[in-house]
Amino acid sequence: MTMLSGAQMLVRTLEDLGVKHLFGYPGGAVLDIFDALLQSQQIERIICRHEQGAAHMADGYARATGKVGCCLVTSGPGATNTVTAIATAYMDSIPMVVITGQVGTPLIGSDAFQEVDTVGITRPIVKHSYLCQSALDIPKYIREAFYLAASGRPGPVVVDVPKDCVNPKKLFEYEPQQEPVRMRSYNPTRLGHRGQVRRAAKMLAEAKRPVMLIGGGVVLGNASPKIRALAEKFDLPVTSTLMGLGAFPGTDRHFLGMLGMHGTYEANEAMDKSDLIFAVGVRFDDRITNTVSKFCPTAKIIHIDVDPASISKTVMADLPIVGDADAVLGQFFDAIEEQQLERNGEALDSWWEQIEKWRALKCLAYKTNDELIKPQQIIEAVYEATHGDAIIATDVGQHQMFAALFYKFNEPRRFLTSGGLGTMGYGFPAAIGAKIACPNQCVCLFTGDGSFQMNIQELSTCLEFNVPVKIFILDNHTLGMVRQWQTMFYGGRISSTNLNYNPDFVAVAKAYGHEGIFVQKPSELKEAVQKALAIKDKLVVVDILCDTNEKVLPMQQFGGAMGDMFLAQ
Amino acid sequence: MRHIVSILLENQNGALSRVVGLFSQRGYNIETISAGPTEDNSISRITIVTNSDGVEIEHITKQIHKLINVIKVSILDENEDGAVEREILFVKVQAMTRPIRDELKSLCDIFHAEIVDVTPELYVLQYVNTSAEIDRFLQVITQQADVLETVRSGVCGIARGEHALHI
Repeated sequence: MTMLSGAQMLVRTLEDLGVKHLFGYPGGAVLDIFDALLQSQQIERIICRHEQGAAHMADGYARATGKVGCCLVTSGPGATNTVTAIATAYMDSIPMVVITGQVGTPLIGSDAFQEVDTVGITRPIVKHSYLCQSALDIPKYIREAFYLAASGRPGPVVVDVPKDCVNPKKLFEYEPQQEPVRMRSYNPTRLGHRGQVRRAAKMLAEAKRPVMLIGGGVVLGNASPKIRALAEKFDLPVTSTLMGLGAFPGTDRHFLGMLGMHGTYEANEAMDKSDLIFAVGVRFDDRITNTVSKFCPTAKIIHIDVDPASISKTVMADLPIVGDADAVLGQFFDAIEEQQLERNGEALDSWWEQIEKWRALKCLAYKTNDELIKPQQIIEAVYEATHGDAIIATDVGQHQMFAALFYKFNEPRRFLTSGGLGTMGYGFPAAIGAKIACPNQCVCLFTGDGSFQMNIQELSTCLEFNVPVKIFILDNHTLGMVRQWQTMFYGGRISSTNLNYNPDFVAVAKAYGHEGIFVQKPSELKEAVQKALAIKDKLVVVDILCDTNEKVLPMQQFGGAMGDMFLAQ
Repeated sequence: MRHIVSILLENQNGALSRVVGLFSQRGYNIETISAGPTEDNSISRITIVTNSDGVEIEHITKQIHKLINVIKVSILDENEDGAVEREILFVKVQAMTRPIRDELKSLCDIFHAEIVDVTPELYVLQYVNTSAEIDRFLQVITQQADVLETVRSGVCGIARGEHALHI
């Protein structure tokens, strides 16, 4: 039997769970844990410059790999600095474990130095949370936290560890746990109801104007291969939410592009005129439905999701199926074979004919000129130069929508973006997490001059840990998306969105020890992108001046149905 | 519509706050709440009375069930055989004169309430019944005497018939 302190048990448990990278920042309450980490051969510590960065890195790591991302921060401000990142992960159902230091148990509740009620503050934005009462709780809670984070509908879990629980002088018997975690109050549903699946398969095969709608749940549930096979089998048009991009190949002819507020015209029109929506791993949030009462008036809705609370929350499902996306789709193939269901020939021919007419509108077309770079051009240039194979992280705003619309993702886990919470400052640390998880893959960040400055300090982390991500700043000297709304809906009154006091981003990059490239002319764009990507072992910031007045279009009209969109400028 | 939600959950730190937090976070109302241990020390039971329409109550139960500590959720009033519900009321009233003391005593007899504390100037009345009956009792008492203080336990309920909320 091994005798270990609480801190050592914490480290050992993480090792037993296979953790190789731990993002974090030290501080008073976690001194003993960081001390114990010195002895670990397995766990590499990635020390950020701000705890928000650490937690976003763990998030990016999780999105890129599907593994649980883990970070460790100190009590008080260390914990509160992770709050935005925890909420980001919660909204997008990302498996993440956040270990926070806490003041010693005798001091809890006394307003001690660097004390906050971490469990209380994070309660509405976690899947679950734990406050350790003794050292012996640590291995149990951490194992449960990893299990909860990754199973069912994934999400962030907080484990709050008071300082006295990790006292190096108090040793306890430690026995590695081999048994899988079991909890009587938590049993996520895996398989769908067989009868429902049979009925749904029949509905799908008989539909005349079906649309397959996929979301983040397909990525999280690793259900991409089955989604592809099913779309192929019935020749289904497929559209995706922001979070689902990559789960179905963006270059496949079945793919209509993203739907929703900034979706494509063909995707939104197809939804609007559809008679059956086959929705997998989506939650029908307000950015895709437009006006709920006018949402897809002629469609029946089949809704598959692992979280029963997501079904019929905003849009009523005609046929709900609760279960893991991959497992349920597996059942579909059984049901299809059993009932010998085939593609609905003639009906689909005319449906596709109609869809091609919508597609022919080329709603994403934009005009270029010799003077100013268009933001869309930047995404397309990077898409071409990376052959569509890079992992792309984004921040939030216009550049995020342009990335979603113009970078065609053919594989899941390639697009890391804050969809639910819309967190500016998410992209850069997420890209770092992804690069650390996938060192052999090209990782690019699309960011804006606004967003990038929200976590710019992590440039230092990248130098220390040699993280050569490629950063493309779509620099339009404004908060583009807010400006777009001011232009379109606020009578053109520009309030507080100009960014006229930006630093010289190239100089900033160099000051942090990285490379920087400035681009202004459309003719220089491709070359600059290629040059940046060719520098393999260094981080490169490419500051690209682009058109301030470009808008993300098409855009749904408020109060309208799915297909009611502003089209050309 | 009024609903009685019964929740079985792990008797752990902060479990109650998760349930209460969920209600405020999602904009559900809580009319009454009562909580206590069950015959199994590791399990607590919470009874919440809430007002919501039919769709919403289904959302509420799904969201509660999603909490990791929650073992079971049941809407008592949706039980086929109905449910028994009770609340307990204590009311402290001024009872200084003989006529008032007599009147209070006879009201307590009529309602099957009890007088559980007596001082030369005060009575404490205890009444156990449904929320609606307690409202009525309180209304009558208020008409007869000066009420100094009231306290209600919140609803506690159980399904009639064979349905039992256990693990």
